[in-house]
Amino acid sequence: MAKGSAGARDRTDVLQGTLDLMVLQTLEGMGPLHGYGIARRIEQVSDDALKLNEGTVYASLLRLQHRRWISAAWGSSENNRRAKFYTITRAGRRQLTTATKNWERIAGVMARLLRSAPS
Amino acid sequence: MSLMSRLRFALSRRRVDEETRLELEAHLELLVEKYARSGMTPDEARIAARRQLGNTLRVREEMYRMNSIGWIERVSSDLSFALRMIRRNAGFAAAAIATLALGTGATTAIFAVVNGVLIRPLPYPDPDALIAVWHSAQFQSVTSNNIRLSSTMYLAYRAHNETFQDFGVWHTGAANVTGMGEPEEVRTLVVTYGTLPAIGVRPARGRWFSPADDSAATQETVILGHGYWQRRFGGNVGVLGQTITIDSRPREVIAIMPRGFRFMNADADVILPQRFAGDELQPNDVHAYVGIARLKPGVSIAQADADVARMLPIWIAEYGTSGPVLRAAHFAPALRPLKQDAVGDVGRVLWVLMGTIGIVLLIACANVANLQLVRTDARQQELAVRAALGAGWVHIARQLLVESVTLGVLGGALGLGLAYAGLRLLTTIGPTNLPRLAEVSIDRVVLAFTIGVSVVSGLVFGLIPVAKYARPRASTALRDALHGGRSLTQSRERHRAQNALVVAQVALAVVLLVASGLMIRSFEALRHVRPGFDRPDQIEAVRISIPEAQVAAPERVVRMQHDIADQIRAIPGVTSVAFATALPMETEFENDTVVTADGRTYAEGIPPLRRAKYVAPGLFTTLGTPLLAGRDFTWTDVFDDRQVAVVSENMAREWWGEASAALGKRIRVGRVGEWNEIVGVVGDVYDSGAHQAAPPIVYWRAGVQRGRGTSSYIPRAVTFAIRSSRAGTEDFVKQVSQAVWNVNPNLPLSRVQTLGEIYDQSMSRTSFTLVMLGIAGSMALVLGIVGIYGVIAYTVSQRRREIGIRLALGAQHGEVRRRFVRYGLGLTAVGIAIGLGAAAGLTRLMTSLLFGISPQDPATYVAVSLVLALAAACASYVPVQRAMNADPVEALRAE
Repeated sequence: MAKGSAGARDRTDVLQGTLDLMVLQTLEGMGPLHGYGIARRIEQVSDDALKLNEGTVYASLLRLQHRRWISAAWGSSENNRRAKFYTITRAGRRQLTTATKNWERIAGVMARLLRSAPS
Repeated sequence: MSLMSRLRFALSRRRVDEETRLELEAHLELLVEKYARSGMTPDEARIAARRQLGNTLRVREEMYRMNSIGWIERVSSDLSFALRMIRRNAGFAAAAIATLALGTGATTAIFAVVNGVLIRPLPYPDPDALIAVWHSAQFQSVTSNNIRLSSTMYLAYRAHNETFQDFGVWHTGAANVTGMGEPEEVRTLVVTYGTLPAIGVRPARGRWFSPADDSAATQETVILGHGYWQRRFGGNVGVLGQTITIDSRPREVIAIMPRGFRFMNADADVILPQRFAGDELQPNDVHAYVGIARLKPGVSIAQADADVARMLPIWIAEYGTSGPVLRAAHFAPALRPLKQDAVGDVGRVLWVLMGTIGIVLLIACANVANLQLVRTDARQQELAVRAALGAGWVHIARQLLVESVTLGVLGGALGLGLAYAGLRLLTTIGPTNLPRLAEVSIDRVVLAFTIGVSVVSGLVFGLIPVAKYARPRASTALRDALHGGRSLTQSRERHRAQNALVVAQVALAVVLLVASGLMIRSFEALRHVRPGFDRPDQIEAVRISIPEAQVAAPERVVRMQHDIADQIRAIPGVTSVAFATALPMETEFENDTVVTADGRTYAEGIPPLRRAKYVAPGLFTTLGTPLLAGRDFTWTDVFDDRQVAVVSENMAREWWGEASAALGKRIRVGRVGEWNEIVGVVGDVYDSGAHQAAPPIVYWRAGVQRGRGTSSYIPRAVTFAIRSSRAGTEDFVKQVSQAVWNVNPNLPLSRVQTLGEIYDQSMSRTSFTLVMLGIAGSMALVLGIVGIYGVIAYTVSQRRREIGIRLALGAQHGEVRRRFVRYGLGLTAVGIAIGLGAAAGLTRLMTSLLFGISPQDPATYVAVSLVLALAAACASYVPVQRAMNADPVEALRAE
């Protein structure tokens, strides 16, 4: 993952594996997008709370293609530039459902665990 | 991710990378625009955008790696490194590749034979459904599984079977073709109409035989073999429908078989329909026909066996055969896969050869492993540098293994070429009685085998240096090596591995040499068998058959045979001449009949089978078979139809105690024929070949044989034996042909060869095994010697400094020399001891190939040990002597 020496102290590194889930969810929610669009959407949703080296989005996209959870095709963007558009596949949707459930369960467990811990 | 999509990504990874580069560039531009819009200067915007995007090169590298299939990449880089190393050490590589090529080549050649003969299915459609129909019976507690069918059995089975899809009988023979230039004898295959459909091979042109072809009422027909059609008719299709004269009968050509068609092992010139008529349909007709059937789908051999057992009583009832006799003989069906018949008993020989060649391959691997050890040792510095630069032991091990396997595969490729050449040689020198030899070739199975052997042998000899230099923790030792000075323990360890290899090589060589030694002794023993005839190289054999269509009257046939003998006797240089239905060791014409003696009773009422021959007067003199008692036949016996017989000594002893006691006793064929008085007893003849015990033989006189009533029999096909010092020369054969044609110009001469050649053929399997084992044994010896030489030479070179010091301090040359030779001999002795033990166990597997010698024959074992010890002494002496000749001061300086 990126080492990034970005300024803001309260920004968190993106956890390994989390980025893939974010990308999938973004494509599910927004429809076909190019890499820049995905990065903007994640930035917008995270409300600047995440520290993301946007280049890693492309590694994530390739990983998802290997798994056949998304597909890619060249097209032209809103301002008529050629760009590669990524679309979530059926397998990707299935994966998103399971991964979301997993994530919520773990998040719940973590929340309870941290709350019960002595401060 | 599936392998396929991985491959897809891997193959397009350069394009993917280029696309990613474009995407990242576009991404950067968009970010720059975004920051510029928010009011930054272009430079600030670019810096901020770069920071936001991160290290793009790193991302691209990561993605490139994700798109690669790691091990393929690594192996291919190791491979190119290995090829570089091989080129750099051309001498070492050449030695290793040549050794491996020999090993793999020999193994491949023999495996190709094993595959072609034993493994590959018969070349017919759905070959597993094909069976041979035989019967078993017991004669005097001897069980035979090779009882053939009689004509009436064929008719009964054909009519009543429930398990055969197609069924027929067949036999092979010879016939005379006349009316087209010189008379020619052709090889015939005689079949009933169901036989070819059973095999399932259709003619290239024309049709199969029909039931009509098998019946007496129609025009006689013939199917031509492809080779004969090409040879005799130049491949002219117009021959279909024409008539050719075979055994003086006109036959219409109805079909031509496809190229390469062989029926079992018979490559017939012509195929004739089997017509059963008259005498042949007697209830007690001889069991002369081999049955073949294609089973109905899903029927097992056991079910077919039961089906035949069910039909036996039907046959007895329909044709009036003697049921009680058959029951007493435990007559029963003995069906078996057709392939078993096609292959015969050659399996044992081939597997022994396969084993021995495998051992040669092992020795070759041991040799190359030794070379690798020495070379890896020399490369310690390089390996140490690599280890120091951070290469893990896995990496170094992989590197070494890839190098070994590359050598193995290169050796295998060369070996394949050798095998190809070897096979061509083999098919020309191979024994004529090796079945299916024509089907031997290098096919996909053989190729896969060769590749497997090359890779595995590469791994085998590669693992030894790996185990020494690239194990976990070996890298620390390697780092030590970088600091110079090999430690004592390490060199001892290295020697231990090398010594073990040499011991193994010697042991394996001992096994092979013992095996070939035993074959040599067997061959010698065979050569020393007194076969019952004398100087066979001076006996010309010529087979002449007088067909019924030419000479009908039996009396005229024997007269003609007599006249031919007279004509031949007039040729200059002919000492004597006679003829018989089969000469000794002419196994294809051998014939056994049930023989009973007057006044003897037999266990369970079944009289024994005896080898039987019809012989002309003078045969024993011509062959050199000694007359032990009584007299030979005379022409008066023949022409006056006297009922006389001659028996072999062992037969006389078995029944009457001694040779002379047999004279005057009476014997006959079966229990119904006329009695014949025994007038002579002759020496035993090894009639089935020198490797089998001499069978008891009954000799009937040549000429017309009177049965009961009017039926009579005349042997029409006989082999003439002509004793002459000119036997075997072309000139002589020409004169013999002329002599025969003086009597009858329409008689072809077939199987013209000397009795010596027939004798050699009977030993061809032993001599073939001998040659093959001899080749394997000498390869093993040479490789073993090279191994010992290599180790001693290497040890000497490592200890040149020590030798120099010793010599400089005044040690005697002889003393130093002895030390090294003793070292080499010590290794050899251990190897020989292990090898002798292994040989004692393993050679038991080849007992059936040996003759007149025990697999533990002490002489062979001692001789082999001595030869190896002597060779090892030489192999140790030479390198030491060379080191001695060098100036001690030079040796000291060199280190």
